[in-house]
Amino acid sequence: MSLSHPLWLSRRTLLRQFGATGVLVMLGPAGAWATQAMVQQAVRDRIGTREPQAHGVTLRLPKIAETGNSVPLTVTVESPMTPDDHVLRLHVFIEGNPEPVAATYHFGVRAGKAEISTCLRLARSQTVLALAEMSDGSVRSGTASILVTLGACVEEVWGD
Amino acid sequence: MAELRVRVPSTARQGEVIEIKTLLAHPMETGHRRDVYGKLVPRQIIHTFTCIYNGTEVFRADWHPAVAANPYLAFFTVATESGRLRFEWIDDEGTVYATEADITVV
Repeated sequence: MSLSHPLWLSRRTLLRQFGATGVLVMLGPAGAWATQAMVQQAVRDRIGTREPQAHGVTLRLPKIAETGNSVPLTVTVESPMTPDDHVLRLHVFIEGNPEPVAATYHFGVRAGKAEISTCLRLARSQTVLALAEMSDGSVRSGTASILVTLGACVEEVWGD
Repeated sequence: MAELRVRVPSTARQGEVIEIKTLLAHPMETGHRRDVYGKLVPRQIIHTFTCIYNGTEVFRADWHPAVAANPYLAFFTVATESGRLRFEWIDDEGTVYATEADITVV
């Protein structure tokens, strides 16, 4: 059997994807993904009753990712980062993963610029939400949506 | 020992905002994955990253399983004075991975 034969490879990939779908069905949505209530709770745990204003937070995320294993994300918060006006914390939420929070970044005046770059593991297509807690007590938000062809957790279950 | 990489400018002007890039080789085991026998593989992730500039914490990150394996992180800090930056990663087993870099501020 020739490994380089295109048909053989595509059949293999296809079978693996069917297998992965089967596992998802068995687990069911409740066990595998964070629910909207869990996401809401995670947000409230961090910002309380404050209402986020949807401006000033920019997410750079690819529109489409072949696999969710390592998706680059850059978040920038508009802020002069002075003692009077700076970003305290930045939270990244991922509604489509088993756990609703990806990371929290703690800034201060010494950070100089409120921007981070990281790589995320995304289990499926979803909207990533970033909330920035400002030094004056306000909260700003930004979002970005991504289409994930093959989710991170799914592939790892069947990884060889 | 784990592979660590940090990139810090060796010199900077005072007050300049510098970018720092970091990378650590770590599996970031999510705790949601099952092995071939169907048993859950225990969670083993880096949960805290800290950057300490001449003894003062200037940046920290709390991580959850959604941070990809071999975590990469880029962030910024103000070059205030010459000295040493220390970087620490702590994982679920309590292992501390640490490295340092020197900077000259002119």
